[in-house]
Amino acid sequence: MSIQVQNVSKRFGSFQALSDISIDIESGELIALLGPSGSGKTTLLRILAGLEGLDEGAILFDGENITGVSPKERKIGFVFQHYALFRHMTVFDNVAYGLKVRPRKERPSKAEIAKKVNELLSLVKLDNLADRYPSQLSGGQRQRVALARALAVEPKVLLLDEPFGALDAKVRKELRRWLRKLHNEFHVTSIFVTHDQEEALDVANRIIVMNNGKIEQIGTPDEVYENPKSPFVYDFLGNVNLFRGRLHNGKLTQGQFEIDVPTYLDSHEEAVGYVRPHDIHIEKVQTSNDTVAATIVHIHLLGPVVQIELKRDDIDEYLEAEVTKEHFNQLGIKKGDIVYIRPKQLKVFIPEDFSI
Amino acid sequence: MTKPIEVKQDAPIVINRTATKSYALQESAIVKWSLITISLLFLALFLILPLITIFVTALEKGWDTYVASITHPDALAAIKLTLTVVLIVVPLNTIFGVAAAWVITKFNFKGKNLLITLIDLPFAVSPVIAGLIFILLFGAQGLFGDWLFANDIKIVFALPGILLATIFVTFPFVARELIPLMQMQGVTEEEASISLGASGFKTFWLVTLPNIKWGLLYGIILCNARTIGEFGAVSVVSGHIRGLTNTMPLHIEILYNEYQFTAAFAVASLMSILAIITIIIKNIIEWKAKEV
Repeated sequence: MSIQVQNVSKRFGSFQALSDISIDIESGELIALLGPSGSGKTTLLRILAGLEGLDEGAILFDGENITGVSPKERKIGFVFQHYALFRHMTVFDNVAYGLKVRPRKERPSKAEIAKKVNELLSLVKLDNLADRYPSQLSGGQRQRVALARALAVEPKVLLLDEPFGALDAKVRKELRRWLRKLHNEFHVTSIFVTHDQEEALDVANRIIVMNNGKIEQIGTPDEVYENPKSPFVYDFLGNVNLFRGRLHNGKLTQGQFEIDVPTYLDSHEEAVGYVRPHDIHIEKVQTSNDTVAATIVHIHLLGPVVQIELKRDDIDEYLEAEVTKEHFNQLGIKKGDIVYIRPKQLKVFIPEDFSI
Repeated sequence: MTKPIEVKQDAPIVINRTATKSYALQESAIVKWSLITISLLFLALFLILPLITIFVTALEKGWDTYVASITHPDALAAIKLTLTVVLIVVPLNTIFGVAAAWVITKFNFKGKNLLITLIDLPFAVSPVIAGLIFILLFGAQGLFGDWLFANDIKIVFALPGILLATIFVTFPFVARELIPLMQMQGVTEEEASISLGASGFKTFWLVTLPNIKWGLLYGIILCNARTIGEFGAVSVVSGHIRGLTNTMPLHIEILYNEYQFTAAFAVASLMSILAIITIIIKNIIEWKAKEV
C-alpha cells in the first residue's frame, strides 16, 4: 500500500512536534525514520498508525484519505518499542489475538486461526514456545512475538517503533537481517523508527532523516550518506571532520592551508568543509603543497579498519582519519609521527544554511 | 537464534533474592527478637484479645441464647438490610471505581487532578459529616425536603439514605486500588489491542480487565468490608428504626445500650466472622496476585 503524508503538523502544548511534513511512500518500500530523540519520528509513526491525532494535514493510504479513521480500521501492524505483549496471554494467544477479536462474520474458524498462528510462530522460530508467557521470554524472543502478532492480521503497512532499541548488539544485528529478509518475502510496506544511523543504513531502502520536527533529507542510504543535504545529516550519519575557513574563488582558505573546492564559486567569509574520516588522505612525506602537517595522537586498530586520531600542527584542532589495514601497513606510521593530510572529498556548507 | 531461557531454573533465584534480607540491615538477635515480641504482644493485646472476648461473651449464656440472639426478628432484619446494602453498594462502587480509574489513567483532560482529589474526599471527611450532608440535602428541613415530601419520596431514615451515605463513604476503595496499578501498566497494551483491530469494549474485556483483576478484587473486598461495617454515616441517616433501618452495626449499638450484652456480642461475633473471612480472601488474592 502506498502512503502519502501531506503537510502534517502536530503540537503537544507549546512543543511543535512536527511541522509541515510531506512524504510519499510507495507500495512495498522499507523506510527508516531516522533522527535524534525529540525529532518527531515516533510521533509521525504514531500518527500514521492513528494512535495519535494530527493538527493539520492529511494521511492518505492508497490515495484514500484516512486522516480521521480509527487505528482499528487502518489495517496496520504496529510493533511497539517495548513490545506491549499481552502479559496474561501465552505466546500463542498473543499472536492469535488480532484474529480472535474480529467481528463474528469476518472471524476465521478456530482451526484456521491455529493454523495461521502456528505458521507465523514457525516463521519467527518460536513454535516450541507457544505456551510460554511473555515474562518467560528473552528480549529478542518477545520482539519476534510482537512481530508475529502484528503480521497475523495481514497488515497493509507494518509500523515499527525502535524495533531493536532494547536489545543487545548481537541480537539486534540478527533481527535486523531477519527483518530485511522478511520484508523481501512479504513485500509489505514497512516503516521503522530508529535513532541508530547504522541500523537505518543497513536495513532500509530509503531513509527519512528528521530533526526538530522537520524532514532534513529523504533518500536511499547511499544518497544520504554520500550526499548529505545539510550539516545536520552529515553530522548525524557517521563521524565527520570540520574545516572552518573562508570561501573565495573556489578555494577554502584556513590560515596558510588552502583546499581546492572548484564546485563552490561564490565567496563567503565563513564556510565549513565537512569531511568523512575515510576521505582524509594521509602521506608520510609531503608530495604536494595542498596538504597540512599533523601529529598522530592515537591509533585504534579495529580489525580491517584503522582509526587514526591526529592533531593539526598549525591550529589547535583534532582530526579523525580512517584507513584500511593494508594502507596503514604500507604507510608504516606510528604514534607521535608527523604526517601530511589532505581532504580527498569535502562538502562545504555556509553557516546560514544551518542556522536551524 | 537465541537459546530459550530456562525459566524454571530462574524462578527460585528471584524468590530467594526477595526472601534474603539485605546484609546491611542485619541486626543483632536481641534487637530482632525484642521487636518481634513487641509486635506480637501488641497484636495480641489489641486484636486477638478483643476478638476472643467477643466470642466468649457471645457464648456466655450458652449456645441456645446465642442462636436466639441472632435469629431474633430485629437481628435478622438488620442482617438482611446490611446484605441488601452490600449487594447494591459494592457493585455500584465497583463500576464507578473502574470507570474513574480508567478515565484518570488512560486519558488526559483538564480537571484530572481535581477528580483525583475528589475521589479522596471521603477518606478526609468524617463519616458523621457525610451522613449530615444527606440530612441537610434530603431531610425534612433540607434543601429538597419539601419537594421530596410533596412527591412522597423517602430518602432519609429509609433505605435510599443508607445507600447514599454508604456509597459516599466507600467509593474511594476500588478507584484508589486501581489507579496506581493502571498507571504502572500504562496504555501500550490497550494501544496494541486497538491497532490489532479490537473494539474499545473488547480491549477492556480482554486486555485491561485481566490485567487489573487481582487489584480489582482486592478493592472490592476492602469496599465490601467497609460497607458491612460502616457506622457513623449510616447512624446519622438511618433514624434507627428497629427492624427497618438498622444495619448490623447499628443493631449492635442499640442492643448494647439496652444492656443486652450477650445479644450485642452475638451479632458482633457474626460480623467478626465476616471480617475474618474477608481477611482470608484478601490474603488468598494477594498470594494469587503475587504468583502472576
